[in-house]
Amino acid sequence: MSFTQDLFYDALLDPARPHPRGLHDGRSRPAGRRFDVYRNNVAVSLTEALHEGFPVIAKLLGKRNMDGLAGLYWRQHPPASPLMMQYGAAFPDFLAGLPQLSHLGYLPDVARLELALRRAYHAGDAAPLDPQALSIDPQALMSATLTFAPAVQLMRSPWPIHAIWRFNTEDDAPKPSAAAQDVLITRPDYDPVPRLLQPGAAEWVATVQAGGTLAAAQDRALASAPDFDLVALLALLLGDGALSSLSPPKA
Amino acid sequence: MLDTTRTLPAAPGVGYKPQHFAQILDHAGPVGWLEIHAENYMGDGGRPLAQLRHLAERFPISVHGVGLSIGGEGPLDPDHLARLKHLVGWLNPASFSEHLAWSTHDSHFLNDLLPLPYTSATLDRVCTHIDQVQEVLGRRMLLENPSSYLAFAESTWEEPSFLGEIARRTGCGLLLDVNNVFVSATNLGFSPQGYIDAFPLDAVGEIHLGGHDEDQDDHGAPLLIDSHGRAVVDPVWALLDYTLDRAGPRPLLVEWDTDVPDWPVLRAEAQRAQSALDKVPA
Amino acid sequence: MSNTAKTLAVAASVAAALTAAATTSASAQAKEKCYGVSLAGKNDCAAGPGTTCAGTSKVDYQGNAWTLVDAGTCTEIELPEMADGTERQGSLEPLERDLPA
Repeated sequence: MSFTQDLFYDALLDPARPHPRGLHDGRSRPAGRRFDVYRNNVAVSLTEALHEGFPVIAKLLGKRNMDGLAGLYWRQHPPASPLMMQYGAAFPDFLAGLPQLSHLGYLPDVARLELALRRAYHAGDAAPLDPQALSIDPQALMSATLTFAPAVQLMRSPWPIHAIWRFNTEDDAPKPSAAAQDVLITRPDYDPVPRLLQPGAAEWVATVQAGGTLAAAQDRALASAPDFDLVALLALLLGDGALSSLSPPKA
Repeated sequence: MLDTTRTLPAAPGVGYKPQHFAQILDHAGPVGWLEIHAENYMGDGGRPLAQLRHLAERFPISVHGVGLSIGGEGPLDPDHLARLKHLVGWLNPASFSEHLAWSTHDSHFLNDLLPLPYTSATLDRVCTHIDQVQEVLGRRMLLENPSSYLAFAESTWEEPSFLGEIARRTGCGLLLDVNNVFVSATNLGFSPQGYIDAFPLDAVGEIHLGGHDEDQDDHGAPLLIDSHGRAVVDPVWALLDYTLDRAGPRPLLVEWDTDVPDWPVLRAEAQRAQSALDKVPA
Repeated sequence: MSNTAKTLAVAASVAAALTAAATTSASAQAKEKCYGVSLAGKNDCAAGPGTTCAGTSKVDYQGNAWTLVDAGTCTEIELPEMADGTERQGSLEPLERDLPA
């Protein structure tokens, strides 16, 4: 039987399958466990990619649990692209679907946060908006729209994902307590940062992201949280270079 | 016409690692060029591309692909080829190289360089793919010999003549990894010097050096693994000398991908490569 | 709040934020911004360590056989189960009752 990559592929992914036939050691003996070098390369490299891509999940679960999950995951979801920087996009949903993890309901959202940070790292560059661009006639400002930098992503979770992320990445961070948290991922220069948003801010950001005017964003934010603090949010956005352009109202 | 005007210098280069960014710029030592893995610079922006733009102002860059699956039974991934064209287009690197291997099957990428039987069918397929790559990129590429852990009963070609025939048919150059030669020779029981003697050295546009791990097969025979996780061993340096004596000076790359050491350790490996070049009559 | 009042409030907030933004330090030189280690997800052409580990294990790579062992920082985090309202602690006891039959 002639070699096909089908057979090789199937045997690589399933260690219960026999080694493909027709492989030898250069001295006319069967290749035997030499085939396992390739099985091992694939397994180790994809497992490491998941450890590196989801360091907080790996820390939450410990190495042994993460190794086992990685073995399950990469066989079900081998990379769909040669760009390892993108590997693991289905990992949050995979975690959500495992009954063994159902008592750790926050895991999928923490994994989504880690994915978003990685996307932000590789996102396109954008010159930050000059803050003075906001110094326009107040009426025009209310009708203006804003564009966020490509790295900026909004995450809303019923879990304290920001606190869990900090607890696993910062020394002496407090233990998370039950709370829903909104996070805005920004990228000042080249390092992504998850910023905890105050009440109303997520509504403001979501409205602006959807192309709404500043007036509409203000209305939504105040409807959600009467104490919404626009000064704090704008200081965060301008300080982190999260805004890239302002479009004046259409004539 | 393929653009052959830009080439790498016959000097030591190293595989670029982001943790070495500042020291490479300030303390390059004998390092005259850098090699990057293409796939790590296919994002939209951010630090990787910013670093690469800085480095490219100072050093000739070699783009070394690890994900094109040139030996794959299926067609080349057009999206990946387009990404490669974009990268090579803006960077205009001194060299582009890939591997005699496959890694993608039915749109699944296995993140490893998988082996090929050396048959006329493989030869035709690899040549078709290389023709396509050189056409899309508008430049000559280099093809690298693999590290082998096993061989195929159906192979009808020896690896050096197989690579030579690919170079002859497609006009591509070759990337000769002397550590891979040593690893394969040990694992499959052939003479590494005999391999070099049979290799079409005129086509070699770059030489790779790297460290390997040692394991054993079912029979207790040594099984070397191309781990790129330690210093180049003395027998591989000797094989480099043997090669340079016959080929003359070539661009020499030190690869160190796992357990990456501090910059001075990698620079010392580059210095040893410089010493090997210094011994060769130009 | 009237539209005029709202507009004035937003304008005042923007002015206050601009003052804050103006006092933040100038950003570093371009080259220094490039310093820093990359985030995960890297391709390379190295092989793994030998023949012996993850790829050849024949145990429990099929779904339900995987079990969680007591490890990691999740054992320190106690959060009530919000989705279904039950007050289940974030312990790592094996949850046989959740496994499909």
